[in-house]
Amino acid sequence: MKGANILIESLLKENVEVVFGYPGGSVLPIFDALFDAPLKFILPRHEQAAAHMADGYARATGKVGVCLATSGPGATNLTTGIATAYMDSIPMVAITGQVKTSLIGNDAFQEADVTGITRSITKHNYLVKDVRDLARTIKEAFHIARTGRPGPVLIDIPVDVQQQDTEFVWPEEVIIRGYKPTYFGHPGQIKKCAKLIISSKKPVIYAGGGVISSGAHKELRELAEKIKAPVAMTLMGLGGFPATNELSLGMLGMHGTAYANHAIMESDLIIAVGARFDDRVTGRIDAFAPNAKVIHIDIDPSSISKNVRVDIPVVGDCKHVLGQLLEEIKTSCDTTAWLKVVEGWKKKYPLVYKDKKRISPQYIMEEIYKLTKGEAVIATEVGQNQMWAAQWYKYTHPRSFISSGGLGTMGFGFPAAMGAKLGCPEKTVFDIAGDGSIQMNIQELATCVCNKINVKVAILNNGYLGMVRQWQELFYKKRYSYTCITGPDFVKLAESYGASGIRVTKKEEVRRALEKAISIDNVVFIDFHIEEEENVFPMVPAGEAINRMIGGMA
Amino acid sequence: MRHTISVTVENKPGVLARVAGLFSARGYNIASLAVSETLDPTISYMTMVVEAEDERILEQIKKQLNKLIDVITITDFTKKEHVDRELVLLKINYSSKDKAKIESILDKYAAKIVSRKENTVIIEAMGDQDQIKQLLSSLQQFGIEEMVRTGKLAIA
Repeated sequence: MKGANILIESLLKENVEVVFGYPGGSVLPIFDALFDAPLKFILPRHEQAAAHMADGYARATGKVGVCLATSGPGATNLTTGIATAYMDSIPMVAITGQVKTSLIGNDAFQEADVTGITRSITKHNYLVKDVRDLARTIKEAFHIARTGRPGPVLIDIPVDVQQQDTEFVWPEEVIIRGYKPTYFGHPGQIKKCAKLIISSKKPVIYAGGGVISSGAHKELRELAEKIKAPVAMTLMGLGGFPATNELSLGMLGMHGTAYANHAIMESDLIIAVGARFDDRVTGRIDAFAPNAKVIHIDIDPSSISKNVRVDIPVVGDCKHVLGQLLEEIKTSCDTTAWLKVVEGWKKKYPLVYKDKKRISPQYIMEEIYKLTKGEAVIATEVGQNQMWAAQWYKYTHPRSFISSGGLGTMGFGFPAAMGAKLGCPEKTVFDIAGDGSIQMNIQELATCVCNKINVKVAILNNGYLGMVRQWQELFYKKRYSYTCITGPDFVKLAESYGASGIRVTKKEEVRRALEKAISIDNVVFIDFHIEEEENVFPMVPAGEAINRMIGGMA
Repeated sequence: MRHTISVTVENKPGVLARVAGLFSARGYNIASLAVSETLDPTISYMTMVVEAEDERILEQIKKQLNKLIDVITITDFTKKEHVDRELVLLKINYSSKDKAKIESILDKYAAKIVSRKENTVIIEAMGDQDQIKQLLSSLQQFGIEEMVRTGKLAIA
């Protein structure tokens, strides 16, 4: 069997349903094999979008996303998407063509050292120089991508390897002597955790993306309800614990709720579950939660004690470790007084916004929530749109919020929403965009129309790169240096691609426009003209302790 | 503070780049690095001396190394009984009036002259870090023209 066919057979063995890819000179044999392969293939209009689509598909389904590009520029265009997936621990396999083995290193046409370029943004990568290694490499790549702390794996396949013949042997199992992730927590550590938890008076659970990727949402809820501890989530953790639950504190950190930040700062115990104490969460690190002991559960030992001092580290998969903890904890802790204090903060500092002349973006998010009854998948771009989407929609299911948390990639949301829609065709999928971000991958309108990928793009159009403008307003004396941005007529543009477009300029029209967008069986751009200089509040200025928030409190 | 750690890795192309890339990407410093094959030709052995201000950074270095798929085992010699050696080649100025003096120094450190030219000799010396340091300071008086060293090798 030829290398290209081995690749297809291997993808089928891995139960891959859809491949996002773009053809080119160094992947011609692969595309020839794809021509009649029983695989759904999506052709984006830019390789970067292929990577984001694979990523969005993976985030929405929990399966490994697969993207494919040619050598050189095709591969380098994937890199932003690969880095995005890497920072958020998303399982992905990226396949790239490479110039033929005899030309590697010769500065050949469309040659780039792709394994070199992607070394620091992949969990692992391979250059396959012998077709006999191909099947095993693919099996290993999928295994590495989806196990342990998930992440992207890249396989670089020279064009001559795609053409070489060998027997197709699918390995029974994967043996990598240097790779053995720990899934269960050490029983001694679990006992210590249980003891500390029971004696705690002011515990807070701090839940991150690990809850989502390990599928630990049920265990998390059980634990929170058993020990009666409030739960604060990171951006990546949204949906890991229902925002409608009375123990939910919503999101913490730079644009978190005031009550989540106060609760963390005043707590005597932080139970970190699949989170990594990112600087957007901790704020000024030496002032972070001064009286709290810290339990840190994470599958990646290098996340533990990286940023903050940890009292009880537990290396393991969140789902397994929480299961172990639930068995170990027999009694509840007495948090009645603590929950009263937390309730007081919730009443005193709720999330608020004021209606101004133009439409409030927060209102749009509230309406989307009401209309979809919290059952939609919400993807976001990056910036103000992302924070409003995080704050003003109540996520109750894991994998319902899809956002570039770690890398903060503008242009991510639209293709990621498309990937999510392909993975979950029965769900309503929104991309919450800004007029800046949407223009970074707007060409994917064509892919949507061509493949009938029916996503709804809510453009919160304020004529600014809003988050940067907000920082300029607050910290750079309102010197709006190159953050005022123009765009096309989004309605006409959408229509020119064969998509639908709706413009909304008044608050009264928001609801109807959303209803209409959802009812249209096509990709829809909704161009919301929002308040131009609306800010995301509350906000913790960079380098401040997280209870020193400004704005947005009643 | 300097710490000596050893790492066994898959003997594959690109592994050295992964290890070196990790150090540069995360801002860690390598003082020395020695790589070679082992009895098992599929495994390479790296001895590295790393600079870490505190225990936490050393821990991070070890954890990050462990995350590399091609890294098989890591040994930290900081608190572990071990033997370490380094080979040094030195070119020093030589004149016959210093012969006795130089030879007595070389004898003391089991070092030897491996090549002679008109006015210089090349000396081969082996030892642990302290011995090498002492030898260097003893030979300083004659003028050391050039020096190359392998970096530390360590085994427990």
